[in-house]
Amino acid sequence: MLGKTAGSLFWMARYLERSENNARLIDAGFRIALTRSQTAAAEWKSVLVTAGVNQAFQAAHGDYSSARVIDFLLRDPANPSSILSVIRQARDNARTARTALTRETWEAVNTSWMTLVALLKRQVREDDLPDVLTTIRQQSAQVRGALNGTMLRNDGYHFAQLGTFLERADNTARILDVKYYLLLPSVAHIGTSIDNVQWETILRSVSAHRAYRWLYGAEISALKIAEFLILYRQMPRSLTFCSERMENHLNELQRHYGDETEAWRMAHALVHDKLNAPIQSIFDGGLHQYVTGFLRDTAALARQVERDYRFVE
Amino acid sequence: MQAQDIGRAAWVGTLRGKGRRISFFDEMNSHGGETRSPYREYCDWFEAEDVARIQHKAVQAEALFRTTGITFNVYGAVDGDERLIPFDVVPRIISASEWRRLSRGIEQRVRALNAFLYDIYHRQEILRAGRVPTKLIADNDAFLPMMMGLDPPGGIYTHISGTDIVRTGANEFYVLEDNARTPSGVSYMLENRETMLQMFPELFAKVPVREVSDYPINLLKSLAACAPPACGGTPTVAVLTPGIHNSAYYEHSFLADHMGAELVEGHDLRVVDGRVAMRTTQGYKAIDVLYRRVDDDFLDPLNFRPDSMLGVPGIWDVYRAGGITIANAPGTGIADDKALYSYMPDIIEFYTGEKALLPNVPTWRCSEPEHLREVLDRLPELVVKEVHGSGGYGMLVGPAASKKELAAFRAKLEANPGNYIAQPTLSLSTVPIFTKKGLAPRHVDLRPFVLMSPQGITITPGGLTRVAMTRGSLVVNSSQGGGTKDTWVLED
Repeated sequence: MLGKTAGSLFWMARYLERSENNARLIDAGFRIALTRSQTAAAEWKSVLVTAGVNQAFQAAHGDYSSARVIDFLLRDPANPSSILSVIRQARDNARTARTALTRETWEAVNTSWMTLVALLKRQVREDDLPDVLTTIRQQSAQVRGALNGTMLRNDGYHFAQLGTFLERADNTARILDVKYYLLLPSVAHIGTSIDNVQWETILRSVSAHRAYRWLYGAEISALKIAEFLILYRQMPRSLTFCSERMENHLNELQRHYGDETEAWRMAHALVHDKLNAPIQSIFDGGLHQYVTGFLRDTAALARQVERDYRFVE
Repeated sequence: MQAQDIGRAAWVGTLRGKGRRISFFDEMNSHGGETRSPYREYCDWFEAEDVARIQHKAVQAEALFRTTGITFNVYGAVDGDERLIPFDVVPRIISASEWRRLSRGIEQRVRALNAFLYDIYHRQEILRAGRVPTKLIADNDAFLPMMMGLDPPGGIYTHISGTDIVRTGANEFYVLEDNARTPSGVSYMLENRETMLQMFPELFAKVPVREVSDYPINLLKSLAACAPPACGGTPTVAVLTPGIHNSAYYEHSFLADHMGAELVEGHDLRVVDGRVAMRTTQGYKAIDVLYRRVDDDFLDPLNFRPDSMLGVPGIWDVYRAGGITIANAPGTGIADDKALYSYMPDIIEFYTGEKALLPNVPTWRCSEPEHLREVLDRLPELVVKEVHGSGGYGMLVGPAASKKELAAFRAKLEANPGNYIAQPTLSLSTVPIFTKKGLAPRHVDLRPFVLMSPQGITITPGGLTRVAMTRGSLVVNSSQGGGTKDTWVLED
């Protein structure tokens, strides 16, 4: 497979995952903005920081009104992470890697793009927002379904999966990074419950508020939430789950090509060293430092994958 | 990027009445309204069909094309404004005997073209014999002196070509143009059939239509058969595209995908150990045959245009040393020249010893004083084309032109006669298209696709039928609103 094609599959998957994650972030932010107008601005700011576009927003707009933030996140061509920008980049990458995709997968990506371009042609009214966000997530699910249902489990598939889980791990870590301060005060007083709405927002932004309740019941603690998002292996957006998938796909690639890579070694270390610690010790060492370190590691891993598999010259 | 133009200029403009009635040959209904035999089974089916159902299918077809992504970019258009080439659901049907005649003529023509190219780049016998003026080659921008004396692997120049054919009567076919540079449109031929099969599967049980779907495999075999001396083992074939923003990108990826070949861009390639190699996840891998969809000028920035980002620095030296096959061979474009076209009957006779089986459209070369005089006299009834023009641009359709346009063109002709050729305005045949009001005749042409290798010539039955979607219009070019049809060649 061409290095460029591998890179395009990787990035196609990253962008698709990003569009879904951003839809979730908007959803969670919107909920807070509706229910707590006094904290809406702060919440939107944290959404923008999580999406990595706060500076761009500030430069273009300044104040955090819901309508402006939502439009910026959904449609603004000046925002490289807006849903519209991201889905266009996903499609461009899919076109570049067209020969490595099944017809079903390509058509799902192309249909997503066509649907979202039509959906986001005009500014979205607030009462239409939930429907729009649902459509974005459904489109993403459709692509994933086509990909998993029709693609040969060859190198191309593994590059795409690698992109998905790298992006997802990065997203969950960013949510933790932006919100860590909410989790901190309560650690000093184990058992003190943190702000209900705030923790729900965190869980909502990874679509896991119900899963959490099934697992932990009514017990809402910073430690548990952090454990759930970082270490819980069955939670498909936890750092551990994503990192294990990355390690696994890198391992499959090694088997496919028959040589050991530095990228695999890094993913292996991530799973077996970094994530192999009890949650209490993570807190003891500083949650913020931990998450920042994780983000650094995944960024380095992404660069290494690019080098190992010659995405670019 | 321009709107994609599958093919070169045929006709532009509309024949507005002017008080003269021109009668056209309709391929479905001959004069008197009787259904011609190749269409009988189709027409029986059509008459029994509910028009609303066909209407519905036609709408579905468009959605299908959009989902598949058979769209082309329009430069400067906003996101999501990709265009579709209109597709008409009524097939164009060619009988087995008509096709036999056409394919024999096409094969003869392509063989002669290849022999001509070999000769031009070697001993130039035809120039010495005075059958083709030397000036035509010397003045031809597509002529590559660097190709002189070079033997392309297998002796093949025109690996892939498209011969544009028009029809004016039951037994009258003409070759309108030869496309040996990089003929496009074959993906439309294949997708049109695929779409018809999905929409009207029952039709194919009723009518014995010859398959076209083996084109990509034939293309792969044909290219592989032209592997260069440096190739050891199974030839590695790749398709070279300018990239996703090129208007024909869909076709490039389609062909690569269906051949199981890599789709490469210039930046994926470099010269490694005397071979052109592509950067794979496991390092550089040599390519044996490169089906390039970029023009000669852009192939090699070291040897051609230094500002080109589309090609591969040094590929020319590898080519000369027998390290790679480039399809079509560099310098093949001279055959697309319209002034040269007028010499095709001589060229065919010179190399095959036979008369051309398919006639040329009579052509006046404005470079010759008597021809020019006649053209100027009869300008309102002629079609005048630029020698190097394509895409239907820069031409005059006399019968459709205003007095002012005619005068302006007359001046251009007199100023630079060598730049033009003229032809009579042909009454192109029609085939009905499906409209809201039922079937309505529209003008068509045909581009069959021809593959050539040392093992022989393969012509896919049929080809791409282009159709002018507007009533009375002779414009079939996709860049000017033309559409396409599925083309059926019937089994014997």
